[in-house]
Amino acid sequence: MTTGSTEKVNGAKALIKCLEKEGVDTLFGYPGGQIIPFYNELYDSDLRHILVRHEQAAAHAADGYARATGKTGVCVSTSGPGATNLVTGIATAYMDSVPIVALTGQVPRPLIGNDAFQEADITGITLPITKHNYLVQDAEEIPRIVKEAFHIASTGRPGPVLIDLPKDVQNIEIDLQYPDKVELRGYKPTYKGNTQQIKRAAEEIANSCRPIIYAGGGVISSNASAELVELAETLMAPVTTTLMGISAIPTEHPLYVGMLGMHGCKYANYAVQESDLIIAVGARFDDRVTGKLESFAPNARVIHIDVDPAEISKNVKVHVPIVGDAKQILKSLIKYIQRCNSAEWIEKINQWKKEYPLAYRYVSSDTIMPQFVVEQISEVCKDAIIVTEVGQHQMWAAQYFKYRKPRTFLTSGGLGTMGYGLPAAMGAKVGKPDKTVINIAGDGSFQMNSQELATLVQNDIPVVSVILNNGYLGMVRQWQELFYDRRYSHTFIKGSVDFVKLAEAYGALGLRAEKPSEVRPAIEEAVGSGRPAVVEVIVECEANVYPMVPAGAAINEIIDLEEH
Amino acid sequence: MKHTLAVLVENKSGVLSRVASLFSRRGYNIDSLAVGVTEDPDISRITIVVHGDDHVLEQVTKQLNKLIDVIKVSDIGGDDAVERELALIKVSADVNTRAEIIQIANIFRARIVDVAPKSMTVEVTGDESKIQAIEKLLRQFGIKEMVRTGKIAMVRGPKKV
Repeated sequence: MTTGSTEKVNGAKALIKCLEKEGVDTLFGYPGGQIIPFYNELYDSDLRHILVRHEQAAAHAADGYARATGKTGVCVSTSGPGATNLVTGIATAYMDSVPIVALTGQVPRPLIGNDAFQEADITGITLPITKHNYLVQDAEEIPRIVKEAFHIASTGRPGPVLIDLPKDVQNIEIDLQYPDKVELRGYKPTYKGNTQQIKRAAEEIANSCRPIIYAGGGVISSNASAELVELAETLMAPVTTTLMGISAIPTEHPLYVGMLGMHGCKYANYAVQESDLIIAVGARFDDRVTGKLESFAPNARVIHIDVDPAEISKNVKVHVPIVGDAKQILKSLIKYIQRCNSAEWIEKINQWKKEYPLAYRYVSSDTIMPQFVVEQISEVCKDAIIVTEVGQHQMWAAQYFKYRKPRTFLTSGGLGTMGYGLPAAMGAKVGKPDKTVINIAGDGSFQMNSQELATLVQNDIPVVSVILNNGYLGMVRQWQELFYDRRYSHTFIKGSVDFVKLAEAYGALGLRAEKPSEVRPAIEEAVGSGRPAVVEVIVECEANVYPMVPAGAAINEIIDLEEH
Repeated sequence: MKHTLAVLVENKSGVLSRVASLFSRRGYNIDSLAVGVTEDPDISRITIVVHGDDHVLEQVTKQLNKLIDVIKVSDIGGDDAVERELALIKVSADVNTRAEIIQIANIFRARIVDVAPKSMTVEVTGDESKIQAIEKLLRQFGIKEMVRTGKIAMVRGPKKV
């Protein structure tokens, strides 16, 4: 099909042709009654379809694919329960601004609203967790809607878009003509920052002695890492990142002060609190970052660069707002600035770095500390894409792995979705087949989508999961220990499954490490096997994530290892 | 503080629920909402009265602007705007009270749109305070039923939103 010419195809085939036009190569999905016409056409298509074992995994896989590649991920499900199973994955993508397009089957139009078999109002259900969504009422609309959906998902502040396709619409013949352009009156994202504001930002920077750059996931999604590093080096300003911003600047860069916030480095939190200027780039001042808002960076002026105007002054009062694309704005800003008078400040931060390093203590020489496992992964798999589930292991993966390049740390930051890691790692590996992809997991989280081992094996996708098995829902247990008088209410899950046998049952490689000396060989064997693999590491069961800012406290009121 | 927002949206199904649900899920209170098509049949205009300080108003406006189907959001409260609401008030009436009710209606330039042996229905348009005033006066006769449209508003003079 070429633009301008038309051909007669049914709605389902039109959809596939439109996906091809958008450059889609892979779909993650699960068929069902109301999406059969689409799957019927898929049978003859060159699109790669990966059959997951649960629709939630399809959405997470599309998300992992998108985060790793920068392209838009696509997932497919049937109506009703298939569609509602996507919801957690869509919400995860929404909270972290990840471009995915979800295609759902719907009951035929005459049955809509009649509580038909496997009917769910999925556009209604996903209204608050999609950037936009569509119920296709007319097959002729399919080309326009697909064009718009991919445009909306991937531009401005990226996010998930859902297209709900009634079964009868998939069967109707249309004249397919794919539009060249999108025309949306109400959607015109701003990319180029206002020059006046950029100049004002440069003035603020010139007047600052204690600046700090606070980078979020927006830096990664706009591919602005190089500009971020250039800004930091030009100014001689330290850089802290949010959880979502990790990998935007190499961990070992001398100006990097680590993650800030609840489990941030002590020196990062101190630096933010004592700064006189925050340059926030693609970050949204989430509560896990700011702690108690009233005491957040009390003496700092704030420059906020964000593509979404609604993020400006949502949580923290901003003095210089710059709406637009992080990459473009940083490029312009760099032209107006020079080195700050920050030598003393950098010296002070380096002092803090020495005084309060990230650290953990061994309980005994036989026990494996979870932080040690992450350090081992970091040494064995230097350029790996690290994906995590959610919990203590996620924070250790954020703290102890040395990231070198952007898009190498994929994690559910906003929604905090347990079960994200394994399917997202699958998506990342499909999108970046040449990269080693490691899912750092907890024993609790892993069990939320462990059925995807079957998908990995069936499709020969060699993702390695390293499970830090402490026998607890560790992060909740940590809170119970610190704030609920050690009442471990329903967080003990030891003995729920033999992960090695589980892996083997699915046809994957299963390995176990029970002593520190066994950790590295097991990781090396799993990575070297070229197979889907699970490494179960039995770790110290009551290890905690430190530093930690208690909920509701200021971010410099931080509990450290030594104080506990 | 009350703000009146004029929101121009695509005239498509589901747009009103996108707008209304945005308010509920973000915890903003809608005081009133009125919607109708504009001079352009592809565009509807929603008038929303919302309660809140400047911070709330700023967030409401920005979040509304994020909706793909929202074309424009303007705050048009204050002296520069003509603001109207329409109310139908069904009031208890008999031969003894009918004349007085008509008199009140005349004073407010309201109209009697229905008369029955035991009731009358008054149609009144005006700003919120006018409707409240006539409602207060009619209450003594016994209001059986009342319906209000919610506020619509337009900027005075040649300026458009």
